[in-house]
Amino acid sequence: MDLGESAPAPRLSLRGIVKRFPGVVANDAVSLDVRQGEIHGLIGENGAGKSTLVKIIDGVLQPDEGEILWQGRPVTIPDPRAARRLGIGMVFQHFSLFEAMSVVENVALGLDDPPPRNRLAAEIRDVAADYGLPLDPARDVHTLSVGERQRIEIVRALLQKPRLLIMDEPTSVLTPQEVERLFATLRRLAGEGCSILYISHKLQEITALCERATILRGGKVVAACDPRRETAGSMAQMMIGAELRTVARRSGAVVGAPRLVVEGLDLPASDPHGVALKGIGFEVRAGEIVGIAGVAGNGQGELEQALAGERPAARPEAIRIDGRPAGRLGPDERRAAGLCCVPEERNGHGAVPGFTLVENGILSAHHRRGLVGGGLIRLRKARAFAAEIVSAFDVRTPGVDAAASSLSGGNLQKFVVGREILQGPGVLVVSQPTWGVDAGAAAAIHAALIRLAGEGAAILVISQDLDELLMLSDRLAVINGGVLSPPRPTDAMSVEEIGLLMGGVHGVDPAPAEAAHGV
Amino acid sequence: MNPDVLVAVFLTVITASTPLLLAALGELVTERAGVLNLGVEGMMLMGAVVGFAVTLTTGQWGLGVLAAALAGAGLALVFGVLTLTLVANQVATGLALTIFGIGVSSLIGAGFVGKPLPPLPRLAVPGLSDLPVVGRLLFGQDLLVYLSLVMTGVVAFVLNRTRIGLVLRAVGQSDVSAHAIGYPVIRIRYGAVLFGGVMSGLAGAYLSLAYTPLWVQEMTAGRGWIALAIVVFAAWRPGRALVGAYLFGGITILQLYAQGAGWLPVPSQIFSMLPYLATILVLVIISAGPWRRRLDAPACLGKPFRPAA
Amino acid sequence: MAFRIEPRRAPPASLFYLTPVLAVAVTVVLGALLFAALGYAPGATLYHFFVSPLTTVNGLAELVLKATPLAMIGVGLAAGFRANVWNIGAEGQLTLGAIAGGMTALELIDVDAPWVLPLMALAGVAGGMAWAAIPAFLKVRFDVSEILTSLMLTYVAGLLLALLVHGPLKDPTGYGFPQSAMFAPSANLPMLVNGTRLNAGALVGLAVVLGAWLVLARTIVGFQIRVVGEAPAAARYAGFSAPRIVWLTLLAGGGLAGLAGVFEVAGPIGQLVPSISPGYGFTAIIVAFLGRLHPVGILLAALLMALSYIGGENAQVAVNLPRAATGVFQGLLLFVLLASDFLVRYRIRLARPARAAP
Repeated sequence: MDLGESAPAPRLSLRGIVKRFPGVVANDAVSLDVRQGEIHGLIGENGAGKSTLVKIIDGVLQPDEGEILWQGRPVTIPDPRAARRLGIGMVFQHFSLFEAMSVVENVALGLDDPPPRNRLAAEIRDVAADYGLPLDPARDVHTLSVGERQRIEIVRALLQKPRLLIMDEPTSVLTPQEVERLFATLRRLAGEGCSILYISHKLQEITALCERATILRGGKVVAACDPRRETAGSMAQMMIGAELRTVARRSGAVVGAPRLVVEGLDLPASDPHGVALKGIGFEVRAGEIVGIAGVAGNGQGELEQALAGERPAARPEAIRIDGRPAGRLGPDERRAAGLCCVPEERNGHGAVPGFTLVENGILSAHHRRGLVGGGLIRLRKARAFAAEIVSAFDVRTPGVDAAASSLSGGNLQKFVVGREILQGPGVLVVSQPTWGVDAGAAAAIHAALIRLAGEGAAILVISQDLDELLMLSDRLAVINGGVLSPPRPTDAMSVEEIGLLMGGVHGVDPAPAEAAHGV
Repeated sequence: MNPDVLVAVFLTVITASTPLLLAALGELVTERAGVLNLGVEGMMLMGAVVGFAVTLTTGQWGLGVLAAALAGAGLALVFGVLTLTLVANQVATGLALTIFGIGVSSLIGAGFVGKPLPPLPRLAVPGLSDLPVVGRLLFGQDLLVYLSLVMTGVVAFVLNRTRIGLVLRAVGQSDVSAHAIGYPVIRIRYGAVLFGGVMSGLAGAYLSLAYTPLWVQEMTAGRGWIALAIVVFAAWRPGRALVGAYLFGGITILQLYAQGAGWLPVPSQIFSMLPYLATILVLVIISAGPWRRRLDAPACLGKPFRPAA
Repeated sequence: MAFRIEPRRAPPASLFYLTPVLAVAVTVVLGALLFAALGYAPGATLYHFFVSPLTTVNGLAELVLKATPLAMIGVGLAAGFRANVWNIGAEGQLTLGAIAGGMTALELIDVDAPWVLPLMALAGVAGGMAWAAIPAFLKVRFDVSEILTSLMLTYVAGLLLALLVHGPLKDPTGYGFPQSAMFAPSANLPMLVNGTRLNAGALVGLAVVLGAWLVLARTIVGFQIRVVGEAPAAARYAGFSAPRIVWLTLLAGGGLAGLAGVFEVAGPIGQLVPSISPGYGFTAIIVAFLGRLHPVGILLAALLMALSYIGGENAQVAVNLPRAATGVFQGLLLFVLLASDFLVRYRIRLARPARAAP
């Protein structure tokens, strides 16, 4: 290790960091340097160990082995306070905010020695104005948009005058335009001498922002590179570790009669943090895949629940399945009518973690697969069904009596998707089909959806992964603030246009009349 | 009614309300930190029997009150170890605490049943206590009455105006976020649970040292549970807990007077049911009312938390 | 730190059912220490508490007699606990069952017919259900915690019983004691073993336990109860109605508690008195947990808890141990059981673990 006289010590160095969890090594001898004033990218797929590494730097987790150097000196970081004292600021992927508290209170909680409430409010206004991050200190957090919430985290970090700012997947909740604004802030910070560790799995962002990047795969560092000299494709190859499968965009789908028709669907918000659905209307035809894009928390969850029947609509005609009014039907009756659903959250919503795979098969398929007779569970049939899913969808499990919680995220997702597909639905509503799923499982799930559409089912995919939607869907709509834009052919939409819709900017369509064709 | 009767009635209302207020304030702090301790009844009983036993044997009511607080805290510590360190189900552990408290207090108190004790001395303020009407009401109460009123203000101030209060509320709203920022969630919850134990112990001591003053098996008669209901009624706010405690204290006294005076030709048991029925009624009104605000409840209430190693 | 604690991804079933046994053993040891601390010879006290009741026919008969209500109520409560429905007012539901069944018996005191007893049982079930329906309605309609309402109603039930036996139901020939007339012979449960108090209620109790086993383990209703308890969102997704499960489990728990109440007044007591149960409704909560919410486990746990009642009485006579020791033992057992759950859900290993496989 030679640190030349001329080169100052890196702001942060990790040397051989190891962190083990039961059954998995999350970080395996990870080493990296973040120099002063540089924007350093940390890239990897879901589950590559990025978040674990960040938590170790922030003092939330302790490494099992390895060494952390701060400006060349070995340090231990027992807790996030110690990290803050060193000058490490953190912006979390899932915000560490308190819903029922005001912005000032939230910021005060993140500072070790906050000034009195009034002065802190003034400081927040100053920093926010200085960096172009408008924020009202008196507002309660639950009244703020996701973008505004992220600003709290950033302002909170900036108030501590950090020497190293860690951003964990900061853009997953932002529109493309908000992302640009964030990048401008980060570049300015780096120009002022602050180091930035930028964690993402979005390669375009890394190439646009970072001077150096470290790539993680399966907990190990597989490469370090200069993203400005790489292409998104070459970095993806390093990240995934295999030739990138270029999944051909689906085209020329044979589209038949409408199978799912939604018209004037309204749904009030179920809780103070919720979003109300307003006048949702679209249709999905046989053989067609329609995608719904949007920033998280804009009504996707509510739409999924309204379609699944978890929350009934006011009018039966608001939702029609194969022509049959279904708005007032419950989930069971909708399944009987042919609509199956894969919810966004696997654990505790789409599956019961403590239940076996056999029991999780019964959960949603007991009716369509005849797993119950005379009130009694037909155990043999239920076992056979679970085994069928496991073999047809290549679910890696010791057996059908294993608990769902013992499966990896990707395998459980394959099981849940498989369970719905094997019920032969006429309409399938899938939410976040590949969230937190490894690349192999994601490809298998995509292929299965395309196959199901080919068999004449109508499929609705709700996702925050724009690349996934662009690849899968024949037509695309955007949901924002509980309002759905008219679906239009995917080929006819630009990413910029989708981004504007995601940010709630309507009416930029050059030919608004054209939108009417969609419905 | 002449003013002397009114003063007498209100004096008894204060005695009936004070144990409810003490216990409710303790549980309020515990719940604000996100922990649901259903063992208030058990902790009160422990406080009552230990306070009584120590006062009777030492002749020092100060020692008795202190011992009662410690007894409540001791039982709360057991609750803390089980639910916070060993992540046991909070509902089940709270019930166990009550069952255990009933058993142990009966065991300890077996030798003290029926023994008399002078009530807690009233702390008179020279001059003021002799004022007509307000003198006895405001300046002739015992230590625990004053403490319950002072603590209402202290708890309100600490929760809303101080850093420790801010952190405590944060822990109750989102244990995961508080942990991520670097606050010792478990340690803070231990503190809140122990505070709840101390206050319940004092509430019990008030029953056996001032209210009756006697030791009777299961003498709390559901007051611990009513205190839990008062916390819900109060929407986790100390000021409203004061109102709730005095409302229930008033109902208790009202039914006692009604029984004694024979105002209505109905059996005494009907009147005795009133506090329990009122509790149910109040819970319904609070839950069904148009002003119901879900945000009031600490979001993590009753949920187990264990930080990843 | 000398060792580290890791959550288990899939807790092993063997540990799940083994820890209650461990908990009982630890509690007995703790109990012995407690007895010693209170100045009682631990060996002799333990013997009188846990062994001597099992050495006589009468002791065994009393054991089964007392285990019957505990098992019946415990099974009903377990269905609720599985669904996260916390009915802790079984004591009050038992009381209402006793009142309804007892009033039926008193109404028919001059009738000598085989249908009197079944009618009493029905009335008792209906009484318990009616009392449990109040928290169910308030929970479903207004989202009021069933914990507080069911418990408050227990106090009300006790006062209602007192009111009745002091007033309208008081036996005019009873020398002013607050109790009803003795029931007619046709309103008493048939005896199973001569010379003891063991009655046919035990057989009904056994049938209830077996029936509950079938329902909870093999029917879609039992499945729904578990889903609602383990993952409410998954239950909504599957189309299982949580309000229906709240109603179902509270009515089942209340009905069974009511039946247990009838069996007390139609069995060992034979009339309505101010106090019908020595806290069976509360002890059944411990029984349900100790039995791991499984009917067979509950049966075993009920026998053990029944032993703690009889043992407590026995030890009171033999070594003058206060009756309250029973409650202490029961509370202690629940503590230890809850603590032992930690072993089921977490693995404790030494600080330097073997290198985990990738």
